[in-house]
Amino acid sequence: MNMIKRKFFEWLPASLMFLGLLVLWQLAVSGLGLREYILPSPAAVAHALFSSEINWTGHIIVTGTAILGAFLIAAIGGIALGTLTAWSTVMGRALMPFLVFVNTLPKVAVAPLFLLWFGYGIFPNMLIGALIGFFPVVINTAVGLTQIDEDMLDLGRVFNAPKWKVFAKIRIPNAYPYILSALKVTATAAVVGAIVGEFVASQSGLGYVIITSQSSLNTPLAFGALVWISILGLALYGAVAVLSRVLAPWAEGQEN
Amino acid sequence: MKNIIELDQVGMVYETGSGPVEALRDINLAVGEGEFISLVGPSGCGKSTLLRVVAGLRPMTSGTVVVGGVPVTKPIPKVGMVFQAAVLLKWRSILDNVLLPAELAGLNPRDYRTRAHELLELVGLSDFSGKRPNELSGGMQQRVALCRALLLDPPLLLMDEPFGALDAMTRDDMNLELLRVWGETGGSEGRKTILFVTHSIPEAVFLSDRVVVMSPRPGRVAEVLDINLPRPRSVETRASAEFGKYSLDIYDLLTGRQSGESGSALQGLG
Repeated sequence: MNMIKRKFFEWLPASLMFLGLLVLWQLAVSGLGLREYILPSPAAVAHALFSSEINWTGHIIVTGTAILGAFLIAAIGGIALGTLTAWSTVMGRALMPFLVFVNTLPKVAVAPLFLLWFGYGIFPNMLIGALIGFFPVVINTAVGLTQIDEDMLDLGRVFNAPKWKVFAKIRIPNAYPYILSALKVTATAAVVGAIVGEFVASQSGLGYVIITSQSSLNTPLAFGALVWISILGLALYGAVAVLSRVLAPWAEGQEN
Repeated sequence: MKNIIELDQVGMVYETGSGPVEALRDINLAVGEGEFISLVGPSGCGKSTLLRVVAGLRPMTSGTVVVGGVPVTKPIPKVGMVFQAAVLLKWRSILDNVLLPAELAGLNPRDYRTRAHELLELVGLSDFSGKRPNELSGGMQQRVALCRALLLDPPLLLMDEPFGALDAMTRDDMNLELLRVWGETGGSEGRKTILFVTHSIPEAVFLSDRVVVMSPRPGRVAEVLDINLPRPRSVETRASAEFGKYSLDIYDLLTGRQSGESGSALQGLG
C-alpha cells in the first residue's frame, strides 16, 4: 500500500504537467481559432487515433517490425563487433578506425542507397535503423569487456584460466551494464532509422502515414502517427530497461 | 625446515613512456614452509611488484625465483591471492564468489561447495552465502576474499595489503582473524606459508615470524628481522614491551632515524 502511495506521488508531477499541457494545447487551439491543418486540437488527434479511415494496425505492424529488426541487428551486430575488438588487439586495431569512419557518415544520407540496393520494403529500413544504432553498442561492449580491475584479471591468471573462460565468467558479466545502457540509446536510434527509411520511400508504415497525410493536409492523422511512433519507442525502451533490471540488477543506480 | 620460496638476485626493470624504471634490485630471500613473512616499506618500494613476481604474474628481468622447487616462469598454480580491494564479482552471490577459483581452474564447483561453506563458517559469514557483495561491509568482503583464496587449499598465500583499506579497528580484528584462520586451516601439509605486504608496522610485527624491511627506488631488502613474539598472539601481544621494541626498530630502519635520537616521542618505547 505504502509502495503504491509512493509511486503515485512519484508520478504525480509528470502526470499533472502532461495533463496541463494537453489542456493548454486545447485552449490555445480553440482560443486562437487555429485551423486544424496547422495545429489540430488534442480532441481531433484523439479522434484520428481511433478513426477507421486508415488501417492503423497494419501500419503499426510494419513500422514496429522495422524498429524491432533494426534494434536486433544493431544489438547483435554491435555486441559481436565489440567482442571481436576486445578479444584481440589486432582485430581491434583493424576494425576500430573503420567503425569510427562508418559512424561519422551521416546515416540518413545513405538511406537512398539502401533502397537502391535492397528495394522497397521493411528490410532497408531495418538496416538504416541498425546503422544509426549499432555504434554505441560496439563501443560500450568493448569498454565493458576491457574496463576490468587488473587484480581481477590476475585472479584469472593465477588459475591459468583459458581466455574464453575469463570472458565468460568475468569480462562478459562485467560488460552487461555497459551494453544495456548502450541498448537504451539504440532503442531510440532504431525508431529514427525506421521512420527515416519510410520517409525516403515506402508504401506503408507510420512514416508513410505522416508523408501522405502531409500532401492531403490531414494533420490530425500525422499527429496520430506521431503518437503511435512514440508509443512504439517507449515500449522498446521500457523492454530494455526491464531487461537490464533482470540481467544486471547489481548495476541499478550506477548508471541511468 | 624446507624453503618454499627462494629468491636469488631478483631484479626487475620495466619500460615506461619516459624510459626504463628499476622496480626491484638484488632481492635475496628464502621463505620456509609455514612461515609468516611480511614485506614492509614505503609506497613505491616495489613490495607489491615483488609479490606478483613470486606469483609469476609479472616477469622478473634478472635473477631467479623458485617456488616449491620449481623455477617460476609463468603464473604458478597452488597459490591463493588476496588484494587490497576484495575484487569480488558483484553479480555473483558470496558463495559463488568463493567458488570462482574452482571454476577458473577447470574443476567442478559442486565438489567444493562443502569446503566453501566451511570456510564461510570459519570467518563467521555462513548467513551471508546467498547475499551479494554490495550487501556486505568492507571487512566482510575482505573475509570473503580470504575464503576465495583458501578454497583450493593452496600451500602458499600471497596477500597484498589486504586490510589497507579498512578502518583501524576492523583492521585489528582482521589481523586476529587471519592468525586464527591460519592456525585452523593448516591441513595435512602443516601451516600455510604467507607472504604479506603491508605498510603498517604494527600489523607486520603482530602477524609475522619475520619482517622484511624494504627500501625504495629501486626496491631492495634493507633488513630482515626475526619477530620472536610467542604464539598464539592476542590483543595483549600489542601491549607488550617487545612488541613496541620491534615496531620501533622497524620504524628506525624505514626512516633512517638512529635509536636514541632526541626529540622523538617514540624514544621511550625503545
